[in-house]
Amino acid sequence: MGFPDRIERTVELAHPQAAVWAALTTAEGLGSWFGTSGAEIDLRPGGLAWMRWNEEGFTANMRVERVEEPTVFGYTWEIYGLPADDPRRTYVEFTLEPAGAGTRLTVVESGFAQLPDDIYRKAFDGNTDGWAKELGELADYLDAA
Amino acid sequence: MPPDVEAIAEQVFVALADPTRRAILAALASGGPATATDLAGRLPITRQAIAKHLALLSEAGLVTAEAGERRRVRYRLRSAPMQVAQQFLAALARDWDGPLGALRDHLDRRAGGPGTTWQSGPGQTGPEQKGERRDEYSSDRHDAGVGGGARAPAGEGEGTDQGTGRAGGGAPADAVAGGGEGL
Repeated sequence: MGFPDRIERTVELAHPQAAVWAALTTAEGLGSWFGTSGAEIDLRPGGLAWMRWNEEGFTANMRVERVEEPTVFGYTWEIYGLPADDPRRTYVEFTLEPAGAGTRLTVVESGFAQLPDDIYRKAFDGNTDGWAKELGELADYLDAA
Repeated sequence: MPPDVEAIAEQVFVALADPTRRAILAALASGGPATATDLAGRLPITRQAIAKHLALLSEAGLVTAEAGERRRVRYRLRSAPMQVAQQFLAALARDWDGPLGALRDHLDRRAGGPGTTWQSGPGQTGPEQKGERRDEYSSDRHDAGVGGGARAPAGEGEGTDQGTGRAGGGAPADAVAGGGEGL
């Protein structure tokens, strides 16, 4: 692949795992360093979370996938630029390891190059919907009214 | 993952590398399906050149030909390949360095040690890189805390003055392409 499917970063933090875990997995933490305008999180697999950036008028909606305190926290979120109902999401996983008195934090985001079957088909077949279809449906709806 | 993802994206980027094709795609995106003649009327390009580019774009699957009025062929933009290309741009635009720098600052602030209080001062912007990825991670520093005021030290994130009462997050989260590392 010429393009990355997976992005990985590791940082050494001079703070105990518990502190890093709290920053990653609490609304207070996420809303402080990540989102700039608040956050909420339902910390369990399948739980929803969001962070907001008011300046940009943007909200990131996440779904918690892995919660293994204090070592693994994973969630999926939308790929920016794709429609909100697009099934493609990237998976973000934070791994926390003790490193001396601090913590080694690794973040891996993967799934950028995923291509589900339906998208694959759409990308190749002559099936073009988009606004023409939506407007057609609107016309049908209005006609029926 | 099919190797064709990259092939699709590449076709998009090749198409976009040419200013005439960019103009054609832009015209189709903004104005909807059009014939070569329509486009020739809107763009400073000959109809022949437009027809040539449309043929190339059609072959690459970036536009599709369909029957228009009076049996003239109309061309319509196909968004699916663009969305594939967009994924790659999303990867390239992803900025984790900014947020991780902000995380470090956040932890440093909180771990000031027992008895230390941290004032919210607008002045102390950290050394973090301003995320340029579409601003999503633009780290407007929350120096010493969003709500302002003194903040308890002893780094475990409790009892802050962080705002509450936000609206619930209505996430379209049912649409998940398989969680876990399987992606």
